Amino acid sequence: MRSQDDSEYLAGQVSEACARGEPLRIQGGGSKRFYAGSGEGRALSTLAHTGIVHYEPTELVLTARSGTPLAEIEAVLAESGQMLGFEPPHFGPGATWGGTVACGLSGPRRPWAGSVRDAVLGCRIVNGRGEMLAFGGQVMKNVAGFDVSRLMSGALGTLGLLLEISVKVLPKPECETTLCFECSFAEGRERMIRWGRSGLPVTGMAWDGRLYLRLAGPEQAVSAAARRIGGDVQEVAGAFWSGLREQTHGFFSTADDDLWRLSVPPAARLGELPGAWLIDWGGAQRWLRGAEADPSAVFATARSAGGHARLFRTENSAAVRLDPLPPPLAALHRRLKAAFDPAEILNRGLWQEAF
Amino acid sequence: MERRGAGRTEFLRELRSFLPEAAILSEPEDLKPFECDALSAYTVLPWLAVLPDTIEQVRMVLRLSHEHEVPVVARGAGTGLSGGASPVANGVLLSLAKFNRILEIDPANRIARVQPGVRNLAISEAAAPFGLYYAPDPSSQVACTIGGNVAENSGGVHCLKYGLTVHNVLQVTLLTIEGELLTLGSLGLDGPGYDLLAVANGSEGLLGVIVEVAVKLLPLPETARTLLAAFDSVEAAGEAVAGLIGAGLLPAGLEMMDNLTLRATEAFVHAGYPVEAAAVVLCESDGMAEQVEAEIAKARAVLATHGAAEVRESRDEAERRKFWAGRKAAFPAVGRIAADYYCIDGTIPRRRLAEVLGRIGELSDRYGLAVGNVFHAGDGNLHPLILYDASHPGELERAEALGEEILTLCVEVGGTVTGEHGVGIEKLNPMCIQFGVPELRQFYALKAAFDAKGLLNPGKAVPTLARCAEFGQVHVHGGRLRHPELERF
Repeated sequence: MRSQDDSEYLAGQVSEACARGEPLRIQGGGSKRFYAGSGEGRALSTLAHTGIVHYEPTELVLTARSGTPLAEIEAVLAESGQMLGFEPPHFGPGATWGGTVACGLSGPRRPWAGSVRDAVLGCRIVNGRGEMLAFGGQVMKNVAGFDVSRLMSGALGTLGLLLEISVKVLPKPECETTLCFECSFAEGRERMIRWGRSGLPVTGMAWDGRLYLRLAGPEQAVSAAARRIGGDVQEVAGAFWSGLREQTHGFFSTADDDLWRLSVPPAARLGELPGAWLIDWGGAQRWLRGAEADPSAVFATARSAGGHARLFRTENSAAVRLDPLPPPLAALHRRLKAAFDPAEILNRGLWQEAF
Repeated sequence: MERRGAGRTEFLRELRSFLPEAAILSEPEDLKPFECDALSAYTVLPWLAVLPDTIEQVRMVLRLSHEHEVPVVARGAGTGLSGGASPVANGVLLSLAKFNRILEIDPANRIARVQPGVRNLAISEAAAPFGLYYAPDPSSQVACTIGGNVAENSGGVHCLKYGLTVHNVLQVTLLTIEGELLTLGSLGLDGPGYDLLAVANGSEGLLGVIVEVAVKLLPLPETARTLLAAFDSVEAAGEAVAGLIGAGLLPAGLEMMDNLTLRATEAFVHAGYPVEAAAVVLCESDGMAEQVEAEIAKARAVLATHGAAEVRESRDEAERRKFWAGRKAAFPAVGRIAADYYCIDGTIPRRRLAEVLGRIGELSDRYGLAVGNVFHAGDGNLHPLILYDASHPGELERAEALGEEILTLCVEVGGTVTGEHGVGIEKLNPMCIQFGVPELRQFYALKAAFDAKGLLNPGKAVPTLARCAEFGQVHVHGGRLRHPELERF
């Protein structure tokens, strides 16, 4: 495990680039470039800025530098029987801690254990002026100042280069089991609504033509919950969830298709859209795969359900990926970007269609 | 203060063009009830107060204020402890009390859509028939409103397991000072664009006026059980708390009280607390019956290994409530044994607890003021209660100085100056200890992106550099001045 503090170098690079008005493309392991896109300008790598700075299992808090491999963090947590509650996707062996937070993507456990931003407690960043700033901290409760740390999650590095991020971690459940049911989506939707209101120790609900339910907790609670659900169940391997998280599940394998992500209320009934569906997060995250969907129809469908959509993967570099934000919100985004990065040098162009 | 825009008479005339007479308060006796929030040591009469009851009216109040450069302070129930909703003498106090309707309980999606003036507890009451509830439970939940909860990012005794307000709010609709309506977040589990919802939580009314909130509802736990463990030393109690977390437990509630608080609460509520103990730990598990059973058994074992002198387990709901009655009454109980008390709200890394309590004890001796300690042990949020008597000249000032030293200590050990009560006007000085000039400047820039003229809740939450410079003159942090680059006066 390497540990090296590259903060001064990274801040210096941003500072010089700011003075010259030269755009910088912040680069970690590159595992999520398909999602975030690639900013303009010279690459600035965070890969040498590595190491777990602080980890105290009894505090449930971990702090690591942005270039630290995600796999290393997960391995260290596992040694103490802990985990990242948001179950982040890696999307490749190179996934880094910084990229995980900057992209803000969470896995199947998210509705029950919280998202990346929910777990974030504090961060150190370099803003677009090259200043090193610290926000939040290593404690669970902290309402001092605006919550800049959580704002960084999902901002794709456009508001600041992440140096260090502290998160709340969770104990690994003692026992986990996955049940599987043959049913239509209509029936699956009804069951997911019922289970969602049941208080059973659920940590995953998905539908891919079959319905999957993951239960986790103390052994007697998990087996009691499975008994209560009853019916015609079959247990399947937990590997189903990692396939879902990493998109190695067969549903995602058709390379030529576009993959849309719709984030909607879990019980939402969506209008017709052409393509195949896979449902995660108990209905709150829906994947639509196909070549025919019209972007404006997908955006409108998600919006009318109270949610939003984005094109998650595509082979078409000219495709429209993001729904433009309403004008007052878009203007606020531009002002906010300017507040952190006035010369607009950090990952320029990544949100282009949105604001 | 000299006003650049309209005078009071002209401003009132313009308000009357879109607000009914009863929604405008301008006489001193009508303004008196708004002179402070729950930080009652600081009072000031607002310039005017308005009580609109439609979003359109709020929008027009904001536009008018923006046009005439009049400050605006939004307020819900005014239960905040840090002065976040205290009025300003040259500004409009915008009460959202009339926005008290629950708009929708959607059980299938487990969402409640409510107006900002709805009381925290009212949401859970409305959701209860569906077997659902709203998890964050600040101690003022009977009275405090959801708009204020979002503005303060309120906590509660259950936030180790269920999170703070920010973790339980899905969408906030707010009006900017220019009267633009913005929707932050979505009814799904995340929103498009930057996570402005996270920024709105805890922004203390500086960024916009909240007009609607959608919150996440959770299934009511099937059952709950509580352990009460007595310890001979605070250190042992602290070790036991670390032991519980280290053993993989995530209790629904995990609280600690020291001996002073314990005696005060026992005398007040007669919960049967072991008053000889140096500290007690309350540990609650909730959920499915089998889960609670397993967790309680595990927790008992951990508490015993960590030397608990006694561990009691609630046999029924009545006893569980009794265990909690003392903890929930801790503040008023301490209020009975002292003329006045000053509640501090710092957060510390839990492993530093014994050290911090030791140093608070030393400070208490040095200032000659007793301090009781109540601790949200699971999440490191410490509430030292400083006992004083305001009728003794200089004692309030001594209590405040002691409070500031305690908060400085919290920052020094890696914690924060406010865990859940907010900065308001009360903790502006401690903010200068926690943040340096570059961070403060970044806060100003963020604020300006929302409110360029600085009209929303001015003078709260984020101190000016001038204030920090002035404060820095007397407070030296870690042997160094925090703002050496600034001129001192």
